[in-house]
Amino acid sequence: MNTVFQQVDISHYIYLSTVLFSIGLFGVLFRRNAIVLLMCIELMLNSVNLLLTALSTYMGDAGGQLFVFFIMVVAAAEAAVGLAILVMVYRNTRNTTVNFLSNLKG
Amino acid sequence: MNLYILLALPLLGFTINGLFGKQLPKFVVGALASSLVFIPFVLALTLWSEVKEAAIVSQPFTFLQVGDLNIEFKLMLDRLSLIMTLIITGIGTLIHLYSMAYMADDAGYYKFFSYLNLFIFNMLILVLGANFMMLFFGWEGVGLCSYLLIGFWYHNPDFGYAARKAFVMNRIGDLGLLLGLFMIIQHFGSLDYQVVFSEIAKVSHPQWVYTSIAVLLFVGAMGKSAQIPLYTWLPDAMAGPTPVSALIHAATMVTAGVYLVVRSEVLYTLAPMARDLILYVGLATSLLAAFIGLKQNDIKKVLAYSTVSQLGLMFIALGCGAYSAAMFHLATHAFFKALLFLGSGSVIHGMHHEQDIRKMGGLRKAMPLTYVTFLIGTLAISGFPFLSGFFSKDEILLHTFHHSPWVYGLSVFSAGLTGIYMFRMFFLTFHGTYRNDHYAFEKVHESPILMTLPLMVLAALSLSGGLLNLPHYLTHSHSEALAHWLEPLFVFGDAAVHVEPSTEWALLGVAVSVFVIAFVWMRQKYVVQGRVAENDDQMSGSAKLLAHKFYVDELYDSLFAKPLQALGTWTYRVLDRKGFVAFTDLMGKVTHWKGQTLARIQSGNIELYLIIMVLAAALMLGIELFA
Amino acid sequence: MSALPIPFLVLSFITILCALYVVTSKNPVHSVLALIVAFFSISAHYVLLNAQFLAIVNLMVYAGAIMVLFLFVLMLLNLGKAAEPIKSNAWALASAISAGSLLLILTAAFQKSGEQVYRNPSETVGLVKNLGKVLFGEYLIPFELTGALFIGAMVGAVLLGKRDSGDHESSALAEEKGASS
Repeated sequence: MNTVFQQVDISHYIYLSTVLFSIGLFGVLFRRNAIVLLMCIELMLNSVNLLLTALSTYMGDAGGQLFVFFIMVVAAAEAAVGLAILVMVYRNTRNTTVNFLSNLKG
Repeated sequence: MNLYILLALPLLGFTINGLFGKQLPKFVVGALASSLVFIPFVLALTLWSEVKEAAIVSQPFTFLQVGDLNIEFKLMLDRLSLIMTLIITGIGTLIHLYSMAYMADDAGYYKFFSYLNLFIFNMLILVLGANFMMLFFGWEGVGLCSYLLIGFWYHNPDFGYAARKAFVMNRIGDLGLLLGLFMIIQHFGSLDYQVVFSEIAKVSHPQWVYTSIAVLLFVGAMGKSAQIPLYTWLPDAMAGPTPVSALIHAATMVTAGVYLVVRSEVLYTLAPMARDLILYVGLATSLLAAFIGLKQNDIKKVLAYSTVSQLGLMFIALGCGAYSAAMFHLATHAFFKALLFLGSGSVIHGMHHEQDIRKMGGLRKAMPLTYVTFLIGTLAISGFPFLSGFFSKDEILLHTFHHSPWVYGLSVFSAGLTGIYMFRMFFLTFHGTYRNDHYAFEKVHESPILMTLPLMVLAALSLSGGLLNLPHYLTHSHSEALAHWLEPLFVFGDAAVHVEPSTEWALLGVAVSVFVIAFVWMRQKYVVQGRVAENDDQMSGSAKLLAHKFYVDELYDSLFAKPLQALGTWTYRVLDRKGFVAFTDLMGKVTHWKGQTLARIQSGNIELYLIIMVLAAALMLGIELFA
Repeated sequence: MSALPIPFLVLSFITILCALYVVTSKNPVHSVLALIVAFFSISAHYVLLNAQFLAIVNLMVYAGAIMVLFLFVLMLLNLGKAAEPIKSNAWALASAISAGSLLLILTAAFQKSGEQVYRNPSETVGLVKNLGKVLFGEYLIPFELTGALFIGAMVGAVLLGKRDSGDHESSALAEEKGASS
């Protein structure tokens, strides 16, 4: 039986997720819109999820996939709270760029 | 009975009076302090019969453990420490009672009593400790109390300086004691009396070890017992309240050095060179202090130099190997010197803080009780036949005679000087005419019963103190009771003295005639001729030299204090100001500059933070991987 | 390992392309849509890896719930065309260097770790039946805890999003300010 994952080496999944992770990181560094920033963080989380799933399958260990499941849970909670905060910030400042945080500067 | 109770009671008094004394009424403070010293006295008395030849030892517990060295907190009551305990608590009780009246008007009443109790506590540790560490503990404790009490009236800066001087002088001695203890640890591996002394008695070490340990311990004794060259603090210590002078600087603390040497009898018997040193230092101190005492005009200063001189006499006895004679004199001296100090305190109290004997005179009519008791004290110290001082001093003189004639001659001379300065002071104070223009004679009053009662008790003790150790020419059955009683404690024992009865009677005759000469001469000079000690500006050369205490203080000042001060000034100006301060300033400046520079990075720009964070993470991973 | 299977290559290509678009698009709504596509392709990767359960959950949670939430917020705040302050090229360069160096380091790390062969492949591990057994056996307590986490997150989100009366005044003030400036 020739399933895909038997033809693809694990290293390819590693490279793929590293690239995705770096792209997400670049977005976090480059963008100023806080919502886009959150999206980039989701992208980074997904790249890690992908890697975990791949490793889980290649090692035959269900733990990795369950971790992905938990990460999704945390990501959902994070997105909910993060967006709520953003909405409130927007309400008060009419702005969603991350620079508003420089108000904390001493 | 548990020995710790003896210690716990004065400590309890110190705690209660020190913490709550301010709120308690004065009478309660005084009565509490006195009774917490009196109870240990009674307890010690009940132990009298229990103390057999072996010591009572308390349950030990670990005090310090360093490597193989295990120092225990352990008490030991043998006959020697029992005598010391009785003197400390007995005379301590009397002086506590006396202080209740003497200090009645003082604002620091409660503080005074808490210090006194602390002193008793530390002194008991000193004499009851079963090892050198405990002794050292008490040694430092009494030094602290002495400092606190000398400087009790610290509002007067001179008194504060006197306290500091006592402290520093004692520190020099303590250094010797400490070095001695270190050497004991190094060579005998323990500080416990029993272990150390039995090791020493085996004579398994070279002679120089014994000699140097003995000399170092004696240096400690020098400081505490005010021997040359460290004696100058004791006269200055008279700045403290008079009861303190009586308790600490006459009866108990200053005899700690004698106790130390008697305790280390084995060591000193095996180190004859150190014993000779003690003899000569004691002799020189005794003579020097007696000479200075001749021309002092402060009633307490005379007594202070007399104390130094008598301590010198005790060390002469120790130097001759007459340990029990030294203990005997220690006990009788405690009686009559406490009596004299308390009597002088009564005079000072009655004269409203006048201490100059040139401004006294004729006080016998105003203060009859003080007069009589003071007379007994003076007779006792000068060696009036069959009073306590007569016996104890003669015992020492007998030993010096056996040692060498010229030591005997000088000791007798010193004893004669004792009679001269004591009677000079006594006649100037109590006889003749009243000489103070500023304070009317009618206002001079006898002290209250609380002060005269201790005087009477001490006078009785001074009269009868000789019974402790009667010489064998008076009684055969009970002769030398103290010496026999102490004998089991000593490994080598007192130096043997065998003299012909005729010689002994001749020596007695010499002692009595010296006393008679001093008495008659002084009476002639100050009572019959009615002369008064000269004022400071009328003094001739030798008198001036004596009145200024041989300029020893000035000598020490220019020899040690001035160069040290100059060094201090130099280090302050050059090393400290230009070196360390500049250096620390530089450190501050560098830190400040760094802080300011780094603060610019912390701009509040989150994107910059993020980039730095990512780069730092990459860097750390890189280092982890490729370095 | 001569030729990689076509599905893998195509999916990877789509994923990376969409990810790049998410990051570079000036319009946040476009970003969200591109991200949804990227998530779909990742779900397809999961299918390739025989992790069907995760593929479905990924679709539902990420592409379905979370991204819709993002879209919602964007619409709600009307940020669709809102001008995002554009960063300078220097910023872009710095960000690219940082991210790129991390990428390099990570790949280098993998290269250095050598060819460790993870070969104990199992086709059945990703099935719902197997995962459920592990999840409700070994990971039961963490699973229950996630429920608590969700409750907390929900309460937090509601609290944050709620306007109370005091808040209303201040926000009205802020609106006025925004309007005047």
